[in-house]
Amino acid sequence: MNWSLAAPEIFLAVAAMAILVFGVVQKRDSTVICTMLALAAMGITAVLVIGAGSATGYEGLFVSDAFAKFAKLLILAGAGLSAVLALGYNERQHIARFEFPVLIMLSAVGMMVMASAFNLMTLYMGLELQSLAIYVLAAFAREELRSAEAGLKYFVLSALASGLLLYGISLTYGFSGSMDFAHIAQAVTDPAGAGTGLIVGIAFIIAGLAFKLSAVPFHMWTPDVYEGAPTSVTAFMSTAPKVAPFVVLMRVMFGPFGHVAIEWQPIIVLVAIASMLLGSFAAIAQQNIKRLMAYSSIGHMGYALIGLAAGTEAGVRGVLVYLLTYVVMSAGAFACIIAMRRRGLAAEKISDLGGLARNDLALAVLMAIFMFSMAGIPPMAGFFGKFMVFRAAVEANMWALAVIGVLTSVVGCFYYLRVIKVMFFDNAEEVFDARSGSLSFVAMATGIFTLAFFLFPAPFLGAAAQAAKSLFATSLVQ
Amino acid sequence: MNDINEAGFPVLSLVTFLPLLGVAILITLRGDEAAVAANARWTALWTSLINFGISLILWTKFDLHEPGYQFVEFAKWLPDFGVAYRMGVDGISVLFVLLATLLTPICILASWDSVKSRVREYMAAFLILETMMVGMFAAADFLLFYMFFEGVLIPMYLIIGIWGGPRRVYASIKFFLYTFAGSVLMLLALLAMWNQAGTTDISVLLHTPFTYRMQFWLFLAFFASFAVKVPMWPVHTWLPDAHVEAPTAGSVILAGVLLKMGAYGFLRFSVPMLPLASAHFAPLMFSLGVIAVVYTSLVALAQEDMKKLIAYSSVAHMGVVVIGIFTFNVQGIDGALFQMISHGVVSASLFLCVGVVYDRIHTREIARYGGLGDRMPLYAFAFMLFTMASIGLPGTSGFVGEFLVLVGAFQVNIWLALLGSFGMVLGAAYMLYLYRRIIFGKIVRPDLRAILDLSPREVAIFAPLAGLTLWLGIYPSSFTGFFDATVGAMVQSHQQAINLAHHVTDFAGIAR
Repeated sequence: MNWSLAAPEIFLAVAAMAILVFGVVQKRDSTVICTMLALAAMGITAVLVIGAGSATGYEGLFVSDAFAKFAKLLILAGAGLSAVLALGYNERQHIARFEFPVLIMLSAVGMMVMASAFNLMTLYMGLELQSLAIYVLAAFAREELRSAEAGLKYFVLSALASGLLLYGISLTYGFSGSMDFAHIAQAVTDPAGAGTGLIVGIAFIIAGLAFKLSAVPFHMWTPDVYEGAPTSVTAFMSTAPKVAPFVVLMRVMFGPFGHVAIEWQPIIVLVAIASMLLGSFAAIAQQNIKRLMAYSSIGHMGYALIGLAAGTEAGVRGVLVYLLTYVVMSAGAFACIIAMRRRGLAAEKISDLGGLARNDLALAVLMAIFMFSMAGIPPMAGFFGKFMVFRAAVEANMWALAVIGVLTSVVGCFYYLRVIKVMFFDNAEEVFDARSGSLSFVAMATGIFTLAFFLFPAPFLGAAAQAAKSLFATSLVQ
Repeated sequence: MNDINEAGFPVLSLVTFLPLLGVAILITLRGDEAAVAANARWTALWTSLINFGISLILWTKFDLHEPGYQFVEFAKWLPDFGVAYRMGVDGISVLFVLLATLLTPICILASWDSVKSRVREYMAAFLILETMMVGMFAAADFLLFYMFFEGVLIPMYLIIGIWGGPRRVYASIKFFLYTFAGSVLMLLALLAMWNQAGTTDISVLLHTPFTYRMQFWLFLAFFASFAVKVPMWPVHTWLPDAHVEAPTAGSVILAGVLLKMGAYGFLRFSVPMLPLASAHFAPLMFSLGVIAVVYTSLVALAQEDMKKLIAYSSVAHMGVVVIGIFTFNVQGIDGALFQMISHGVVSASLFLCVGVVYDRIHTREIARYGGLGDRMPLYAFAFMLFTMASIGLPGTSGFVGEFLVLVGAFQVNIWLALLGSFGMVLGAAYMLYLYRRIIFGKIVRPDLRAILDLSPREVAIFAPLAGLTLWLGIYPSSFTGFFDATVGAMVQSHQQAINLAHHVTDFAGIAR
């Protein structure tokens, strides 16, 4: 048995527990040290991920391939950026506790396990570990009513989704006789002969994962939880925890259910269209920037699902590029949102950004870069993500999906433009408080990446291509 | 860079990206606000002037007999996708690159005193805009073209929205969404063509045959994008709003260069790549062109606002351009190109003329003026020259383009030519009416009695444009020579494609 395949996960889990112990025994507040340690641990984990072999291990429970590696690096990047963002924010909100980075690490472990899952049980374990950590994080500002409400809401609804997922898993097990992806794939080879029970199972699995993705119609929790949770947590929730369920959804759909794509593709198409429509139209009326970002993330998941709906390698590649650009620009946008503070209080209304370009041009320009990028305007990074998934859809002859996609992106463009309008065209509001160095760092780094992505897209697109290829290789050979 | 081009160095990339260097310098400026503003003006002016100087290499070293791309540059970009960084200009695009590099310093000079707030940002926006405009005309790869085409929206949105008039927010968002909605459909067309050809190299796409059915849909997608940009009736409504609200220099660039993007797109993509669909849709394009010419001319006649009047006249002139493009003969297309260049110079100058009096009196209402000829003889002269050019008086640039287009149109259909020339009559009516109301008569308003004539800076702005207007009108061959070869090749290959299609029986059936 090749245990070293899971070395990154094992290391990160052990490190998380070690940091937890370290934090407990410290007499003084050790948030900063613990965050630094957590970042170091995530860095080492990233190195381990890159160095890990490519094989299946643990009796077929766990797989490590280029696809999983790509996803894990993305997850670690998202988690790391969020941990940095949380540093300054939590302190100013008086919720700085050393458990925060530990919880992010544990959640990251869960997500990495999901990315490598090759058995429905592994998938479920990873998903629950991820979610449990996020329940706690959402309620992290425990003295604040909104945060506690967000935590509870997320917990209850998420538990429901887990139930759906489990039900789907059990149906799949019942109708295919196995939980192992390779075995299911062997059992379900005939597209015509897939029984109703199995299809219901697939639908429930999609529903459970779509909930985590906040795809319509399982999105109801998103705006409330995004708004209620501390912004540092919202930033985290909108990055890495979107990647992991997406990756696992692709793994499951192309792996065990790869032969019955014709059965699940319509579901994905429907979910994608509904998410794009709701994400673009419902966001128009929002006044709160966090709620706006919630609807924006719903829309983004819709666009990314186009790549999955295409059902091709090019589609998977498109999704991976989309997720990459999405994680970066989302982290950057939240860095800007966290920077919105006046007199020690977090400002959350869009109108609070009024005339930002006069007071703080750098911040306004960065935010504008993220907004243009999310709207998919070239040459920003977000354009390439959209472009790749649309390309996959066109290649797969899914014209309706592509046309709806581009038209909703025009509608979506309106509310991103509105944010820019408020920042650049409106009269100046009061100046924001000085922001911490960590925020500026994250915003600058992600901003430069978003703006300059077009200069060096080839290595990222190449890595995504390799990852997509390996997904199909792993799924089909075994 | 794989091979050395005609200039011996990557001149197109340099002209495209040099303005960004100016932006980098602008970012580093320090000091109090007045000092930053002054330095920003000079930095932007010098950057754009040097850029114009470099771009003149294109004028001197361009081979007039070569129909294909020249000054070609190549660098790997997305090798897996058959997409590369390809730059190049041919007869169609070379003059537009020059037009963009010429108008940018003029715009910066025109905003010298009128833009007072956030000068550094303003100059940066204009330099970024120059990069996008030049890049768009110099791109020899469809994806690259698309990126610049869309990228133009960002600085223009900010220019209208930040430095515009009272309804600037409405105008800027309308401008952005109209054009964005059109161009996303072009993106899909791009993807479809790419899917078939395996590359986005424009010179390869030119020789990729598409089925008639596919051409039909591709044409509609392109039409959605380019018709908004031209703008063609009935999707022109964003233009008067954008023009009225934009600052003077914004209007100048909008009329001078941005409006050419749509017609350029038709010439670069629709006509040569989709010959059958273009032929099929030509009657529609003619009708829309004629409606634009007649209807918007009548609308222009009724305007109370100077900028709005000139904006509507732009729509009418661009209608003539569209008619010329879809005649598919050498005269028509030559005329369309010439009219685009001429309109780029003349309408830009007219907006500058409006800007001159707006800077002094702060209104664009025509009724507020009158009798300016007494106090401002130089201004009256400049305004008259550009008015005549806009009308199409022989000897000015406007005549050559319109005349060629009408000659081309006569070969297609006499009614088309007749209705097209009706636009010229109306054009004379609204422009002369405008000129009379502003320049002639007696000064009645007290504030006009103290109005000052053109300052040396303004003379420096108008002199090159006036010279160019006359040069274009008196010796047009020095300009038509640039695009003769390319247009000739284009018309020929279009004819071949049509002839070929007539041999294939199914086309005749569907086309009917």
